[in-house]
Amino acid sequence: MRTLFALCAAAVTAFPSILSAETMPRDVMFSDHGEVAESLTGVPGNPEEGFKTATTKSLGNCVACHVANGWKDLPFPGNIGPDLTGVAHRYDEAHLRGILVNSKKTFHETVMPAFYNVDDIIRPGDRYTGKPAKSLDVTILTAQQIEDILALLMTFNEDH
Amino acid sequence: MTTRAKKTAVLAAVMTVGFGGAAMAEPDLDAKLVINDELEMTTIVEPAPYLDGALDQVISGWHFRDAATRAMEMDDFENPAMNFVEDGLAAWDAVDGTEGKSCASCHGAIEEGMRGVRAVMPKYNEEAGDLWSLEEYINDCRVNRMGAEAWNWDKTPMKVMTAAIGVQSRGMPVNVAIDGPARPYWEQGKEMFYARTGLLQMSCASCHEENYGNYIRADHLSQGHLNGFPTLRLKKGSLVSTHNRLFGCVRDTRAESYPKGSAELKALELYVASRGNGLSVETPAVRP
Ligand code: HEC
Ligand code: HEC
Repeated sequence: MRTLFALCAAAVTAFPSILSAETMPRDVMFSDHGEVAESLTGVPGNPEEGFKTATTKSLGNCVACHVANGWKDLPFPGNIGPDLTGVAHRYDEAHLRGILVNSKKTFHETVMPAFYNVDDIIRPGDRYTGKPAKSLDVTILTAQQIEDILALLMTFNEDH
Repeated sequence: MTTRAKKTAVLAAVMTVGFGGAAMAEPDLDAKLVINDELEMTTIVEPAPYLDGALDQVISGWHFRDAATRAMEMDDFENPAMNFVEDGLAAWDAVDGTEGKSCASCHGAIEEGMRGVRAVMPKYNEEAGDLWSLEEYINDCRVNRMGAEAWNWDKTPMKVMTAAIGVQSRGMPVNVAIDGPARPYWEQGKEMFYARTGLLQMSCASCHEENYGNYIRADHLSQGHLNGFPTLRLKKGSLVSTHNRLFGCVRDTRAESYPKGSAELKALELYVASRGNGLSVETPAVRP
């Protein structure tokens, strides 16, 4: 009984979705091309929050690998992935969501991390401590953080 | 494009066009590493056949650093790591432990006794029946021959000693053995090199094979060789041990890393060292 309670408590902290209408990582539906049509939360994303998440090292850290006009004032963006300027013209919303949730469904074996995924993780760790993960249900970003970054990317049109 | 062709194109673009800033116009593959105006180093070699074409050229991490950092490594008066080497040389001659001995009591002058040692580490130790890193040989002498305490692999006394021993091989080609009894360790290390660990699902190859020459934020990715270890980190003003670096790179994939001194990191060390076979030992190299 006690264990059951502890497990439930842990699950609730990892996934507030139990209390709301969030889609759990294993329940996300992908199209054959890696698109995710449905919002993960039903709550529209906030592009300002998305900017913070995308440019914070411990969160999305998109800036580690991507240049974009949208964050041109930040020092030293990396260049492992393509320039994200104008990306909203190259992909529709469903495809961008799919790339954020699990880019490997779109780009086979890409080095880009899957940000809302709990499968096929070898030696899961606790953040950047090198210690074992405390919970195997942790994703890099939350469902709402994915929706927030998506809202930001949707503003990345031709000159942004 | 194949990975190899893509890599060459990336390197060519970096070299000729750069990314705008002067600091980013690296790696300069024409630069020559000559230490103290006399010791010519080999910093680019043909890959060994066992790399199966994974790299076009084997390139020392020195080429990926900016010109100022590169220059520091070229002159022992400019290289801040040489202070630590001095400490290691003093420790070599210092008596420690219950047996009243120093390293020099058994091995004589470090210049003779330790020449070439670093170039072949880690190596299989017949007596122990296991793969041993330089740190293990040092601790074996301390505990079993000097009656002294073992040193932590990641603390100053060990780092200055490995630096002092390593510099005695400076300029010699890295030449770790990967056959015979070393083979299973090498195979294990290779598997680890390509395993995509942690929440980021990245392998050593993700950064140091597929993306060397590119930037991950401000960090210019090299091929991840070990020929300069222990290296001096300018940011920290201290030496970085081999296992500290390997531990950190695994940790940075948001994985459970392997303990320093563990069998796993020794196997990885052997495999990574073998990728750099032929490069000159650069201990102690300078890093940002
Ligand atoms: C470790 C590197 C890395 C990180 C971190 C990363 N990406 Fe990527 N990304 C890539 C690579 C590489 C590609 C190209 C896909 C391929 O061919 O592998 C890519 C492709 C993309 C694409 C498709 C772009 C196009 O023009 O085809 C989008 C959109 C994208 N990333 C967004 C993001 C966002 C947003 C984040 C942060 C939440 C992020 N990426 C984090 C490496 C990364
Ligand atoms: C997320 C990116 C990333 C991954 C994955 C990664 N590294 Fe690194 N590594 C770096 C960065 C950044 C540096 C510092 C710049 C450089 O030398 O490449 C570095 C440096 C190194 C160095 C020091 C090179 C030198 O010349 O000083 C070694 C050795 C190394 N890595 C080995 C590995 C091994 C082995 C693995 C896999 C267990 C690995 N790395 C995985 C990012 C990574």
